[in-house]
Amino acid sequence: MVTTDRQDERLQSREGLRGAVTDVVERARGGDLGVIPVVVGLIVIWTVLQILNPVFLSSANLVNLTLESAAVGVIALGIVCVLLVGEIDLSVGSVSGLSAAVLAVLFVGQDLPVWLAIAASVIMGAAIGWVYAQLYNRFGVPSFVITLAGLLAFLGLQLYVLGTKGSINLPFDSGLVAFAQLDFVPAWLSYTFAVLAAGGLFVSGWLHARERQRAGLSARGVPVLALRSAALLVVLLFVVWYLGQTRGVGWMFVFFVALVLIMHYFLSRTKWGRSVYAVGGNVEAARRAGINVRAVYTSVFVLCSTFAAVGGILAAARLAAANQSSGTGDVNLNAIAAAVIGGTSLFGGRGTAFGALLGIIVIQSISSGLTLLNLDSSIRFVVTGVVLLLAVVVDSVARKSRTSHGRA
Amino acid sequence: MSSIRQADSQQADAPRAESVLSLRGIHKTFGAVAALTDVDLDVAAGQVVAVVGDNGAGKSTLVKILSGVHPPDSGTITFESREVHIPTPAAAHKLGIATVFQDLALCENLNVIQNLFLGQEVRPLRLNDVAMETRSWELLRQLSAKIPSVRVPVASLSGGQRQTVAIARSLLGDPKVIILDEPTAALGVAQTAEVLNLVERLRENGLGVIMISHNMADVKAVADTVAVLRLGRNNGVFDVADVSTEDIIAAITGATDNVVSQRQARSKEGLSS
Repeated sequence: MVTTDRQDERLQSREGLRGAVTDVVERARGGDLGVIPVVVGLIVIWTVLQILNPVFLSSANLVNLTLESAAVGVIALGIVCVLLVGEIDLSVGSVSGLSAAVLAVLFVGQDLPVWLAIAASVIMGAAIGWVYAQLYNRFGVPSFVITLAGLLAFLGLQLYVLGTKGSINLPFDSGLVAFAQLDFVPAWLSYTFAVLAAGGLFVSGWLHARERQRAGLSARGVPVLALRSAALLVVLLFVVWYLGQTRGVGWMFVFFVALVLIMHYFLSRTKWGRSVYAVGGNVEAARRAGINVRAVYTSVFVLCSTFAAVGGILAAARLAAANQSSGTGDVNLNAIAAAVIGGTSLFGGRGTAFGALLGIIVIQSISSGLTLLNLDSSIRFVVTGVVLLLAVVVDSVARKSRTSHGRA
Repeated sequence: MSSIRQADSQQADAPRAESVLSLRGIHKTFGAVAALTDVDLDVAAGQVVAVVGDNGAGKSTLVKILSGVHPPDSGTITFESREVHIPTPAAAHKLGIATVFQDLALCENLNVIQNLFLGQEVRPLRLNDVAMETRSWELLRQLSAKIPSVRVPVASLSGGQRQTVAIARSLLGDPKVIILDEPTAALGVAQTAEVLNLVERLRENGLGVIMISHNMADVKAVADTVAVLRLGRNNGVFDVADVSTEDIIAAITGATDNVVSQRQARSKEGLSS
């Protein structure tokens, strides 16, 4: 029996395992590269850095890399959201720094409970995003300019909050610092997570396939689903085992990955996510379809600033201090670069939450590898810049290829 | 799908006993410019009314009034024997007046299903894409649409296929009247034919269709009635069956705009309404 969606005679029938593989190859040829460039780039970078310094791929260094990724990675997740609607937030670095400063002042200076200090920082982040959204929606100021002003203003506010001392240390015995530096997932639990993830992928895929079959639509076969889950399981088990050679998987990294998964669900499986992509693709079409465009803009600006605040808290916890340089320097550009390297289009409407995860690992790999080589930060900046440029070039070339293959 | 009612085949031929949508004395000014002056228009179920006119004749303004983008300054809109106001696009949609704009308003980065259900997704917190895909196929099959796969981005579809998607989307809300703004303007010969087939299918399904067009061949091919606008005023309503292309063009350009023809137009209008 021919399924409902396969009746057109022009469709080539691609079934089973072979069909699935052909589909992937075809799509990549047509410029729908997905995560392929990032993964290839990551392999190249890792190979080069490993040859230059054999410590790079050691378990200890990779554990460090995961922990270092979390803070800026969370910020990059917010950047993905604003880029999806075709806007930008240049102030995430300053907001993260301000959030760290507020946390430190409330927690250490005012002796408030840590959860209250965290909540205050996060709410402040959300409030900043809300103000941006109001300025954008009501006055039509470009987000580029609003957030550029925010970058300066909140940097100033951060310096003011920190006061004359300029640096506040967070106590080591607080749960927050332990969370960022010392808390690792026990080995058995890490393996359980890996198995659960692969199992979950298989079960959700299988349920979906069954539902499609019942509705008379074509569905992925069990072999394809099983192979996909098995591949994920092997990769995750290997990662857990290799990181487990030294300290293991940090809770902070698990927290980051969990946020990525949650955002992935919201972006791809909810009405809100659809409207975000729609606004990024064609605002006018979204408005005529009855989407509350202003609410969508508000939600992404609030999300971005909130994630920036959370990232600032994680960074402060990792450093066990908030100071005048928190969130300054390359934090801003690293977060934006991570999102772009992860395949989020600067023009809106294209990208995934996983892009933030992959992108930040690329950025942190370069940073960590060059630090291991004892190279000056001057060279680090240059290399990161070149990689960012390469990522954008790959994106543009893929975009052209998509246009010529009619995939846009 | 319950959104498209099956019409009996006689309905299109039957005399217009009552209009599903009628406009009377519509005025609209933009600043000092009178875009529409005292415009009347009638559409019955299962009838295709072509609205033609030169640039600046007020066709787009008329569409915008019906779709709720601009409210009229004065005049009445009667929909299914009730006098209605259409202050917003959502209100038009709720009444059952669907508009396919000239630029189609599709999101190129989304696929066909996502575009069809944009803004009215099934199960907002855990999208039910199986139900949406099944319904998409039903809709497209009803229109005999030639779209090989609904899981490709709209960017990869041809102009005619995009027009089909836009029309299919307007059918989702169970409309009684569908307004097509220049549906064949940017299309090739074959694609135009596809869209014209589609318009005929809409009529067979018992919808009232208002088609804005520049193309006389298209108008002659599918329309039942032609309403000519000239400089914001009615300039004649003709039955397509007994009017020549030259007559329509004369009405559009105003070549016959004299006292005699105005009297004729008025009497024709009087008969048709």
